[in-house]
Amino acid sequence: MTQSTAADPQDEAIPMVGDGQPYALLAEFESVAEVIRAAEQVRDAGYLVWDVHSPIPIHNINHAMGLRPTILPWITLAHGIVGAAFGFLLTWWMNATTVPGISSSVQGYEFLISGKPIYSLPANIPIIFETTILFAAIGTVLGLLGLNKLPMLYNPLTRSRRFLRATADRFLIVIEAEDAQFDLKTTGDFLRSLQPTALELVTE
Amino acid sequence: MSSLSLPAASEMPTQLDLQPNDPNQRVPLVLGEHDFTTVTDLVTDIPLQRTPTMWYVAMAGALSLLSLLFVTVGYLVTTGVGVWGNNNAVSWGFPIINFVFWVGIGHAGTLISAILFLLRQNWRTGINRFAEAMTIFAVCCAGIFPGLHVGRIWLTYWLAPYPNELAMWPQARSPLLWDVFAVGTYATVSLLFWYMGMIPDLATLRDRAKSRTAQLLYGVFSLGWTGSSRHWTRFERAYLLLAALATPLVLSVHSVVSFDFATSQLPGWHSTIFPPYFVAGAVFGGFAMVLTLSIPAREWFGLRDLITHRHIENMAKIMLGTGMIVAYAYSIEFFTAWYSQQHYEQFVFMNRPLGPFAWAFWTMFICNVVAPQAIWFPWVRKNVWAIFIVAMFVNVGMWFERFVIVVTSLHQDFLPSSWAVFAPTWVDLGMFAGSFGLFFTLFLLFCKFLPMVAIAEVKTVMPQAHADEHPVKFDYQPSSDTPPELRRGHWFT
Repeated sequence: MTQSTAADPQDEAIPMVGDGQPYALLAEFESVAEVIRAAEQVRDAGYLVWDVHSPIPIHNINHAMGLRPTILPWITLAHGIVGAAFGFLLTWWMNATTVPGISSSVQGYEFLISGKPIYSLPANIPIIFETTILFAAIGTVLGLLGLNKLPMLYNPLTRSRRFLRATADRFLIVIEAEDAQFDLKTTGDFLRSLQPTALELVTE
Repeated sequence: MSSLSLPAASEMPTQLDLQPNDPNQRVPLVLGEHDFTTVTDLVTDIPLQRTPTMWYVAMAGALSLLSLLFVTVGYLVTTGVGVWGNNNAVSWGFPIINFVFWVGIGHAGTLISAILFLLRQNWRTGINRFAEAMTIFAVCCAGIFPGLHVGRIWLTYWLAPYPNELAMWPQARSPLLWDVFAVGTYATVSLLFWYMGMIPDLATLRDRAKSRTAQLLYGVFSLGWTGSSRHWTRFERAYLLLAALATPLVLSVHSVVSFDFATSQLPGWHSTIFPPYFVAGAVFGGFAMVLTLSIPAREWFGLRDLITHRHIENMAKIMLGTGMIVAYAYSIEFFTAWYSQQHYEQFVFMNRPLGPFAWAFWTMFICNVVAPQAIWFPWVRKNVWAIFIVAMFVNVGMWFERFVIVVTSLHQDFLPSSWAVFAPTWVDLGMFAGSFGLFFTLFLLFCKFLPMVAIAEVKTVMPQAHADEHPVKFDYQPSSDTPPELRRGHWFT
């Protein structure tokens, strides 16, 4: 994005936050219905680097924005399988193995109790079950943070007072300057045609 | 609402519930004329501005009990576990009673956050946040007791499986080790679920905080959440996945706790009914604790529009339902003892209601079986403080249930020569009271500094959360001539 902002008099209508290079255009809406309608038009206009910020998860916003389903369930499944394998290997190694020639501090110990089998699966299921759940849950949360690229401790958008209301009671459509189609004039006019309650330019 | 006649506005306070038993007619989940702005204000003002006087009073009480915990634990660690009343016959005593009591309480939080979520019970949004917090604090309290009961608490880390120079591993076929894994996993997953669900609300606090310190702290813990819809869609999927993982987990935890008893050969413990019986009892006792906390908290913090009488009544009904399962389990235990024709089993079940601990058995029976029956009556459900009193009975009763299970089975076993009577010492009593201090201190800190109600989730059940094509058909709105005090959550109190 190389376009100069201050030089173009036609952009004066859009209030600016900061005075650097343009970072994103913000359009504010007051209701779910309005923002969904607007999001469908942004999607159809072909923008890619954009988002809808809202205080709640909006029902069906994934369709309105044209989002693909997340791969998160596969991450959970993979972690669950690893957890199950870990639980199985842990219980088996601890109580049912003797490997000659390795250090006694990592050596398993064949625990013979009441003449029962050294390893029987049913008696070890509780631990395998718990490690499966534990790994899957940790994987889900880490997967969520990873896919969402969080933690993100600085975000230029938060310089806008208006943007901060997205976590309380306003709905904002943000089109970033990074988008290939972004042009201050045309994108600004396009957003204005969606009839937002306010329009704002955030700079870096 | 055509064919169903609603009561006139003037009759509303005397009606049990605003709807007939018809899911098409329900009072709204958020009372009063709230929109997203006022709901946000209502919840965020607690951490950011107002502190009710009762908070300071309650905190003073909680801290004094907490200091009692420090004193008794310090005395025990420096002296030895002999300061407890545990003896040769009753080797488990208070530590295990308290452990089972506290772990059980946690179950209601997970039931609300996970199982009611999977069952699409939208009313859970008002209460799930602090029910989950309660879960975590209850598990903290539970963890103290087995940790001390191992004797040399500086060696508690031996419970963990790790390669060591002693060539020593835990015994994976023992229910006691299953317990370590079950409770450890439960604590971790509950904490993750609670924290993950709180991230959007912490961001709300960050964006509304005025002081630099608050902005910084809420900012760090909200991880840069901005309410992005790309984030929200993954967040909702993660929430569903965690709920699906937590549901079997919560059922497993108290099942595993019951295995500690059921896999032993002791009469009164060696019973296949234990896992479902324990899980139902845990939910029963847990809901009593949620009611104990939520009824005063919604008054003190002015949250009656979000935690409405409908929430309280629903919880009371779940408490009654699980209480009936518990009552059934009590009866079937006696039937099994009689039907087994097993001498020792029959002795234990005669000894419980008639022996030296009959007072404990009958306390349990009155509190857990008789008292909850009051919930059947509409005039009891109409009064939150009547529900509160029933919940207090259940709190007491569920502690005595564990006392009866642990002590009566142990104090008179197969050999009359080893029989003994159990009496708690002042350390037992002080540590139990002190664990309430820890619980209430953590809970009050949570109320003051974190969003007590899941703000974003409550907003999703408000009419404003729905676009035109998804109108909310089922929510009953008070008519325009309804007196204002009836619109703000004061219907039945």
